[in-house]
Amino acid sequence: MGGRKKTLLGMAALMLLTAPLVAPAWAEDGPGTVEIGSLANHYSAVTFDHAMHTGVASSCAECHHHTTGLAPTDPTCARCHEAGAKAGSVACKDCHSDKRFSAEDLAKIGEKPQLYHKGKPGLKGAYHRKCLGCHTTMGGPTGCQDCHTRNDKGDAFFNAGKYAPAPSTSAGHGGGH
Amino acid sequence: MKMFNRRSFLKGGLAGGAAIAAVGTSKQAEAAGSFGGYPDSMGVLVDLTKCVGCRTCEAACNKEQGLPAPDKSFDDPSVFEEKREGGLPRRTTEKAYTVVQKYDVPGREHPLFRKVQCNHCNEPACLTSCFVNAYKKTPEGAVMYDPTVCVGCRTCMVACPFYIPAYSYSSAINPVVKKCIMCYDTRLKFGKPPACVEACPQEVMTFGKRKDLLKLAHQRISEKPDAYVDHVYGETEVGGTAWMYLSDVPFDKIGYDTHLGDQPIISYVKEFLAVVPMVLTIWPALFTGFHLLSNRKDALKNEENKS
Repeated sequence: MGGRKKTLLGMAALMLLTAPLVAPAWAEDGPGTVEIGSLANHYSAVTFDHAMHTGVASSCAECHHHTTGLAPTDPTCARCHEAGAKAGSVACKDCHSDKRFSAEDLAKIGEKPQLYHKGKPGLKGAYHRKCLGCHTTMGGPTGCQDCHTRNDKGDAFFNAGKYAPAPSTSAGHGGGH
Repeated sequence: MKMFNRRSFLKGGLAGGAAIAAVGTSKQAEAAGSFGGYPDSMGVLVDLTKCVGCRTCEAACNKEQGLPAPDKSFDDPSVFEEKREGGLPRRTTEKAYTVVQKYDVPGREHPLFRKVQCNHCNEPACLTSCFVNAYKKTPEGAVMYDPTVCVGCRTCMVACPFYIPAYSYSSAINPVVKKCIMCYDTRLKFGKPPACVEACPQEVMTFGKRKDLLKLAHQRISEKPDAYVDHVYGETEVGGTAWMYLSDVPFDKIGYDTHLGDQPIISYVKEFLAVVPMVLTIWPALFTGFHLLSNRKDALKNEENKS
């Protein structure tokens, strides 16, 4: 009997301990807006309306996978990840590298032969795939400049705006060899 | 696992060639063949299901390679409607080492975009066909071209199964072959991914060791069998390529040649090429001998007549 009581007590203690970890994920919806600018180069930073998106997403897990403590919505992920404790960080940049194909990052992946998520997208890929993927199915904006305006450096990169080629040269050179 | 380096590959090729010349069989040539690529060469896995046709890769290539300004802005989608003779979509040119093509696939909700550039074959046909050795396959995986030795015969353009090398017809003085070099000079040899890979917002392209990319490709297919056709284009085609592709539409529907076979192009010409040295060395001596023998009678006759 004593053993059983101990187990029950232990379980209660565990529930009490984990409750505050899980509860915030349900209780609060994170920041109101997030300035996404760490990768800004050819485009301005994105002011991401987090509060609005929590209203339209079916679950935090739609974007945060398993890190907020909720069960992942993607059945492929749900094969291994289930609802549980909240991760130490839920920020995209803490899991998705901003230098995905650098020699250091590739070496890191190479050092872990057991690693399952070898193809985890980098930060830029994660942002665009997640945002654009959902916007395409939900009818959100999908143009590049709908989310971030292109700067002068970007115009030069794309030979657009004031760097656009003269219209006369664009006629009749479609084919090439 | 058998490891091959370039030296053993060449040695094997020579041995095979000698065997043919001596015995005249083709079995040895085939046995000597399979180089299979450098073991730690790099590659790129292109997931066509993720491409949105933004052409950022084209802009990145243009800037990295210092190519001339394009005819139209890189954000102009009207280039997708451009057609070459025969209604074919646009291809790589001396001014664009990579181009994105658009395919409207019946039944698919959105158009499919396909990025075209040199596939950097394990055993390149361009390299095989070049008689001045202007081409080189680096251990990192890039197929490089040396314009200083090129004589401008353009055989590589005919040999390439993917129609990639372009020619600078615009240059009257010194026209050369122009093609993607996987950013070898500026990036690949320093362990950095090609510019297009790094620029892509959707991370359509994954850069890594070719052997790792193959595992990743098959993992993606097995995880989402409904999202992909069960084929990695470039895994085996023409002996394998450094650039490989995943698609949700059968490859023959989106402009990929699915009848190239698994043999590197060199396999088809190896027997012939092995005979070339024999023709060049033995035949002249042999036929000169025949000629002298047959003329000897006449010469003797002439001498007899004279006397």
